[in-house]
Amino acid sequence: MSIARDVAPRRGACIDFSDEACCLEVSGFGLRYGAEPALRDLTLRVPRHRVTAFIGPSGCGKSTLLRALNRLHDLNEDVHREGEIRLEGQEIHAPEVAVAELRRRVGMVFQAPNPFPMSIYDNVAFGLRLQGGLRKRRIDDIVEWSLRSAALWDEVKDRLQASAWALSGGQQQRLVIARTLAVEPEVLLLDEPASALDPISTLKVEELIRNLASSLTLVLVTHNMQQAARVSDYTAFLQGGELVEYGPTDTLFTHPRLARTENYITGRMA
Amino acid sequence: MRAAWRRAGRARLPRGEGPWAWLAAASISLSLLLLALLLALLATRGLGHFWPGDVTQLTLTDGRAIAGRAVKQAPLPEGGMERLYRTDNRDLDGDIWSWVPVADIEAEDRPRDLVVLERRRWGRFVGRLVAWLPAAGERREGEAAWQGLQARLATLERRREAITRLRDTTLLPLARRLEAGSDPQAARALTEARARIRVLREAMEGGTLVLESAEGRRLRLPAEEVLRARRPNAMGIGAKLAAWGDGVWRFLSEGPRAGNVEGGVWPAIFGTVLMVMLMSLAVTPFGVLAAVYLNEVAHQGRLTRLVRIGVRNLAGVPSIVYGVFGLGVFVYGLGGSIDRWFFEASLPSPTFGTGGLLWASLTLALLTLPVVIVATEEGLARIPERQREGALALGATRLEMLTRVVLPMATPAMLTGMILAVARAAGEVAPLMLVGVAKLAPQVPVDGEFPFLHLERKFMHLGYHLFDTAFHSSDVQAALPVVYATALLLVLVILVLNLTAIFLRHHLRSRHGGLSRC
Ligand SMILES: Nc1ncnc2c1ncn2[C@@H]1O[C@H](COP(=O)(O)OP(=O)(O)OP(=O)(O)O)[C@@H](O)[C@H]1O
Ligand SMILES: [Mg+2]
Repeated sequence: MSIARDVAPRRGACIDFSDEACCLEVSGFGLRYGAEPALRDLTLRVPRHRVTAFIGPSGCGKSTLLRALNRLHDLNEDVHREGEIRLEGQEIHAPEVAVAELRRRVGMVFQAPNPFPMSIYDNVAFGLRLQGGLRKRRIDDIVEWSLRSAALWDEVKDRLQASAWALSGGQQQRLVIARTLAVEPEVLLLDEPASALDPISTLKVEELIRNLASSLTLVLVTHNMQQAARVSDYTAFLQGGELVEYGPTDTLFTHPRLARTENYITGRMA
Repeated sequence: MRAAWRRAGRARLPRGEGPWAWLAAASISLSLLLLALLLALLATRGLGHFWPGDVTQLTLTDGRAIAGRAVKQAPLPEGGMERLYRTDNRDLDGDIWSWVPVADIEAEDRPRDLVVLERRRWGRFVGRLVAWLPAAGERREGEAAWQGLQARLATLERRREAITRLRDTTLLPLARRLEAGSDPQAARALTEARARIRVLREAMEGGTLVLESAEGRRLRLPAEEVLRARRPNAMGIGAKLAAWGDGVWRFLSEGPRAGNVEGGVWPAIFGTVLMVMLMSLAVTPFGVLAAVYLNEVAHQGRLTRLVRIGVRNLAGVPSIVYGVFGLGVFVYGLGGSIDRWFFEASLPSPTFGTGGLLWASLTLALLTLPVVIVATEEGLARIPERQREGALALGATRLEMLTRVVLPMATPAMLTGMILAVARAAGEVAPLMLVGVAKLAPQVPVDGEFPFLHLERKFMHLGYHLFDTAFHSSDVQAALPVVYATALLLVLVILVLNLTAIFLRHHLRSRHGGLSRC
């Protein structure tokens, strides 16, 4: 209860869900690892240029859903799926969709920072170089812009050629975000981006997420209720592979419709 | 007391490891000790061979005199000791060894005028230089004879080098060109070169040494039979060191003589290194591709597992079996076909259809392929999944992910595989005997003649050279020092090859920034 009470409405009145433009649309989506079902008949719409948080107990399928959104499951031959996911109205599993292009449009930041063993500069330029055809000057500019957007520029501008692995965990996480921003995705998926960070780095990342929401659609997985309340506009509560409740964050945290949701967000798990 | 002992024991050993730690430490020290012993043995025996040690002259109780170097001592059955001397002079005595009971020795002396000659035939001579008969001029004796001989030997050495150069750079290439087809211009050049060599040969004639062995037997020897003349007993430490250095250098830089027991091993060093490098060049790309396919591309099912087990077991197949395979498939199969298609003219004498550098390298590449595959696979498996996903999430295709993230990260593992492959291949002898190594191939397979690298030629190899001198020489005792020296060299060559690869790996690691951390 107390958490829900603590949450002050940050952005004035809550936005009515029906007004939002839909960016990602998941309908009737289910997924099995071998015979083991991980997601069951999910239907939800992720609004454009908003932050949507997925919360739920460990193992409920949050990461699985997130990875389904940019088809990272394609690598795993044991995964079977059903249902549809549409990005801007386009079914992402359609044969004419190039999966590399889809993943560029739907960027992903993983739970543990995973910079490549290259220099900071090369890490950020990695995605740009894949696209090819860019001049060195242009790459320089985009690298700087991305690092600035990720609030990392001031810390690394003097050592862009240093190894990315020499950065701290929080800096690495922001570097990974910068690397993803450099290819200008439309959607950014963040899987517990702050779980390994100290409070100050966490605050920086949260601030970053808020700022990015003006131009990007963000999906955030988190175990931290306060974080979900602080940064997200919408929250989806998952349990056992099913969507339990989904709505504007303020409503969900202050007046959850279902007892299950209330128990979870107040820390009273059945 | 006991408590104190226990406490002392605890202080030195990590808790709870007990005798196992000691056992492990003892076994590692034992293996290190054995290694050090091996190297020490090879180094002293092998390098000692080139030291111009003093020569002793003995007067025996029965009045006989002999001269030579003491080699070893053994007890006699009836008591007392017996000593083995290396007296050389095979042409005079029929043997180069002499056992002398220590009790029979009346006097031991090291006269400064004893000479040791290295000859082109019959091995060394030990005795005295009585006189020097120049081609033109007066008979000289004593010190004057020694100086006359030295001057003559220096001239002869220069001529010999000129002849070798002429033969390697002009005569042999021309001869090979003529073998391939008639060419009047080449034929004329060949006659000319032959004439020049004949002139040089004739200029080497003249000058005779009159020698006397310790027993007093006389001998006349033409000067061109002599390669080097030394008086070890008259040499100071500096001169001896210089002679030792000269000996080592000749061993490293010259071709073998006298059934491989004398002379140097340069062609064998060259052949070994070249063969190993060609092998690495062949095996690394293949092994890496195979490992990438197995680990990154193939469906990870029962079949892949089976293939993996198969590859690991291939590493255990005895090397001679690979030799047989190489002979059957590469030499007769592939080589025979190449001959039929491209070298029809020179059949029935084979070009590629016989053992050679290429087939030997490929056979060894096959032999070491499992090592490279396994090492690379382990490197690939160690790369965290999130690195791959990170690349894919940025819009990389699988190929881009492989070439830009996975393979650079796996480079040290690939080089580790290459290091292991080099270590295994450089010491392998058995398969080589079937696919191209030669007892004597004084011409190295690289020269100034197109195509510069002659893959079809036979080559010499240090390991085989070792085997050959140790088992196929007429006097094993005499060949033993060369065997030791060759063995030492083989170990050193493998060491250098390995260090090169390790250095390369280190260099790449630091370039890819802290890769060793993963
Ligand atoms: N690669 C996989 N193979 C088989 N089963 C998997 C795999 N990945 C996840 N699962 C299973 O799918 C279910 C959902 O996992 P998922 O990782 O999506 O949970 P999560 O909500 O992200 O949990 P957490 O909060 O702990 O990260 C779990 O029961 C898990 O055991
Ligand atoms: Mg998760």
